[in-house]
Amino acid sequence: MAAAVTCEAEAAPGGMGGAGSLLPREALREYQELTFLSKQEILLAYKRFSELLPKEQRENACSLRVPKSRILTLPELRANPFQHRICRVFSTSEEGDDSMSFEDFLDMLSVFSDSATSDIKSHYAFRIFDFDDDGTLDRKDLEKLVNCLTGQGEEASLSNAEMEQLIQNILEESDIDKDGTINLSEFQHVVSRSPDFASSFKIVL
Amino acid sequence: MSQPPPFTLHVSEDTESDNQELSPDNEGALHTSFRQLIQEQSSLAEAGTELELQERGRGHPAHLAPPDASASAWLEPGQGEQHPGDSTTLRILASMPSRTIGRSRGAIISQYYNRTARLRRRSSRPSLQQLSRAARPSLRQYDLETDPARATLEDKRSLLAKELLSLSPSQRSHMLLSVPLSLAEKRALRRELNEQRSPLGLRAHHAAAPSPCGWSKDYIALGCRHLWYRLLALLPAAQPWHYALKQIGGRFGSSVLSYFLFLKTLLMFNVFSFLILLVFVVALQAAYPPAKANQQSFTGFELLTGAGYFTHSLLYYGYYGNITLNDPSASSLSGSVAAPAAPPLPYNMPLAYLFTVGVSFFATCILLVYSMYHSFGESYRVGSSAGDLAIKVFCAWDFKVIQRRSVKLQCENICTQLKELLAERRSRSCPLSLCQRLGRVAVLLLAWVLSLSTVLGCVVAVHYFSEHMHAVQQEHRALAGSSWQREGILLVLPLTVSLLNTLMPHLYNLLATWERQDSPEVEVYMAICRNLLLKMVVLGLLCYQWLSRRVICSDEECWETCVGQDLYRFMVMDFVFTLLDTIFGELVWRLISEKRLKSKQRPEFDIARNVLELIYGQTLTWLGVLFAPLLPAVQVLKLLLLFYIKKTSLMQNCQAPSKPWQASRMRTVFITLLCFPSFLGAAVFISYTIWSVKPSETCGPFQGLETIYKSVNVWAKLLEKSSPNITWLTWLHQYLVENTFFLFFLSGVLLAVTYFNIQVVRGQQRIICLLKEQIANEGEDKIFLIHKLHSICKQKERCA
Repeated sequence: MAAAVTCEAEAAPGGMGGAGSLLPREALREYQELTFLSKQEILLAYKRFSELLPKEQRENACSLRVPKSRILTLPELRANPFQHRICRVFSTSEEGDDSMSFEDFLDMLSVFSDSATSDIKSHYAFRIFDFDDDGTLDRKDLEKLVNCLTGQGEEASLSNAEMEQLIQNILEESDIDKDGTINLSEFQHVVSRSPDFASSFKIVL
Repeated sequence: MSQPPPFTLHVSEDTESDNQELSPDNEGALHTSFRQLIQEQSSLAEAGTELELQERGRGHPAHLAPPDASASAWLEPGQGEQHPGDSTTLRILASMPSRTIGRSRGAIISQYYNRTARLRRRSSRPSLQQLSRAARPSLRQYDLETDPARATLEDKRSLLAKELLSLSPSQRSHMLLSVPLSLAEKRALRRELNEQRSPLGLRAHHAAAPSPCGWSKDYIALGCRHLWYRLLALLPAAQPWHYALKQIGGRFGSSVLSYFLFLKTLLMFNVFSFLILLVFVVALQAAYPPAKANQQSFTGFELLTGAGYFTHSLLYYGYYGNITLNDPSASSLSGSVAAPAAPPLPYNMPLAYLFTVGVSFFATCILLVYSMYHSFGESYRVGSSAGDLAIKVFCAWDFKVIQRRSVKLQCENICTQLKELLAERRSRSCPLSLCQRLGRVAVLLLAWVLSLSTVLGCVVAVHYFSEHMHAVQQEHRALAGSSWQREGILLVLPLTVSLLNTLMPHLYNLLATWERQDSPEVEVYMAICRNLLLKMVVLGLLCYQWLSRRVICSDEECWETCVGQDLYRFMVMDFVFTLLDTIFGELVWRLISEKRLKSKQRPEFDIARNVLELIYGQTLTWLGVLFAPLLPAVQVLKLLLLFYIKKTSLMQNCQAPSKPWQASRMRTVFITLLCFPSFLGAAVFISYTIWSVKPSETCGPFQGLETIYKSVNVWAKLLEKSSPNITWLTWLHQYLVENTFFLFFLSGVLLAVTYFNIQVVRGQQRIICLLKEQIANEGEDKIFLIHKLHSICKQKERCA
């Protein structure tokens, strides 16, 4: 039993009413060392995460998994066209149902935080854009990506000819070894040339 | 075991794929069809491997499927041999290092093992025994994966942990942070590190053989980092407006957010200058008020005109005395009743005034140059001009935008921009005829002639108008009219200038849309240039008028106070007109478009125009610091009010701009514009005033001197007389500051450094081209080898 002697706990800010959820100090320090988040951000994340759980389960929020449908009710992810991919990439659930634990949640926030390196951001961006999870971006992935960007199947989307031209141009510009797909290094090379990437690949709670 | 579909060979006639030169065996044709096959059958192959994995009872195929599949292919060669060629080659293809690095944990750990090893080897001389067996790190990683004894995740993890232990603590923590693994994996790695560290602690220390200085430096660095985080935690107020900025970014995206961040930057600059001036000049003069009391009473009108009660107050130059405050000789003469307990420190007010203004300018200069350098470094990339479409598609989505309506708007904007880029590409391939090009050039010339002539017209108008107002002012002074009228006249010139500054940019925007440039970015830059030209030329004219004493004053002997008052009025009028522009340009337009025109189209937030207004206001502040030391405080108040007004108007009335804005490049442009025309112009003006203009005789801290700068000479001579040991100071003064050779030398050094950097960038561009060629060659090698592998498997199948 984690007594107050060995395990001092930190209260989440802005007291959530009554009992107040606690995060063990050891765990907090470890999370601070292993992610790009500051202490405030971790505590805020804990608060928001436990709000997603039903009231009775909030005490041990650290060890529970929140189903994907609840995660997608977060305002930061609600309207994002990449919401399903984000849940898929960051979820470490064994069953493949894309549920997220608190550590997965922290992972996501760390990658999307202000201080994450461009390397990490581009790595995870690649995984998010890789719709079929085969390790490269081929034509189908690119097509799905462009559809996400321009709004799925609404009036203002590109015609077939334009889509073909677009994908052809993208492959010409980024596929350096000419194998018809874009792998991680090529993607990182393209993205490193855009100074806006790090500031647009950001979600702040 | 899944049944892969029958393998059919499509030999296409097309041999000109991907710039392949003539190669043996009709390689090109086979390679294209092979790629198609990979597309069709990789999904099937993965379905096959999924079934395999499910039989083994493992979950989550996407994470670990292919390398384990390849491991299984090697461990059970029987299965592979049944269906050679397609399944084996496809599996090898799918488990290539360049593909697995994007998704499998084992590959990531191996890659970071290699990186760590390279890092360690870089810091010390590599021993011969430690040389890697293969030259390419990726091959080595392949080795690790296929070696069955070392194929487990735990082994790789312990290898990585061992490597990490040999690094210094700061490097280790940096490595741990930057490994793209899940948090659970990182915790396992950390546990492994701790386990390995305790028994092998000493051995690891000896193995690395570091210098004691190096270790303590790392601990100091780590300690500093912890202290910094603690400090940050204690300062929640260090991030003012955090929620407001998040709201703005969430609804309008990074481009509009860059305006508010720029406003915040300007606020910091002004608070900094204000604090310096407060501590060293204003507070001390306030503690020792001059003998002459303020005769006028406070009416509300002073807030607008800056005259009246404010004339003889701390706000302006005239209030500050030219005496040494707290002078011991003076106090003995006056015979003060309350003798101070501590010996009085004499405080030379003129020197303090001059030096404080100088130091605040110098510090602002350094901060500006640093932030310009920083944002330029972030936004400039070597070779970033090519590859627009790929960059646009991969980096266009702004994850900060969270409102549903804004997300939809963003989608529409991206779609429009992509269509425009594609249309531009298509039109580039069919160039315009001579007639069209001539027409385009004619339109451009006409637009520029029009804008330059409007600028000239505005300048001439302001000149004659101010002469006229000066004459009217003299009349009224002679006639001794009512004070309200006299004060009112003071406001007319600032009103006119602000009106011009508000209306002309709208004209320039119209001109830009009439011109119809190819690229919307060029349109924006042109509008900014014209707007800036107008503002700077008008300010230049006003500076000339101030220095030649043709200023419209309230009755005042000090021309410096006059100039200070004029600048105060200009600032207030600028604020009033910004307010009016916000109300009429945004609120009223939205009401009209909603009620009358019944359209959903809201006015867009014009970022460029608003930023130039901020720059203009800041230039006025910098011009006026010498004449009105409290002007930064006025600017701070103005910026605070502006933030809330603009934010409220934005939220209620506006929509995000539809033009493409590269937020980081815009940030660089804003800071550069702030530095070059704005700050440089103000610095030149102030320097000229200090070095060459005669201050007024009867008031201010520099009364009776030839120029303001002479006070420093006077002080230097005084210092020489009193203590002849400090000759180095006079030497410094004579040879470094007054001598022009030193300035030339500095400029020469700066030019040399710039030239060097340009050459470095050119070299880097050449290297990038060479590397790209190398990678393309490697790609061709890879495809050739795949083809050979495929043909060998087919041969085996035929022989078997």
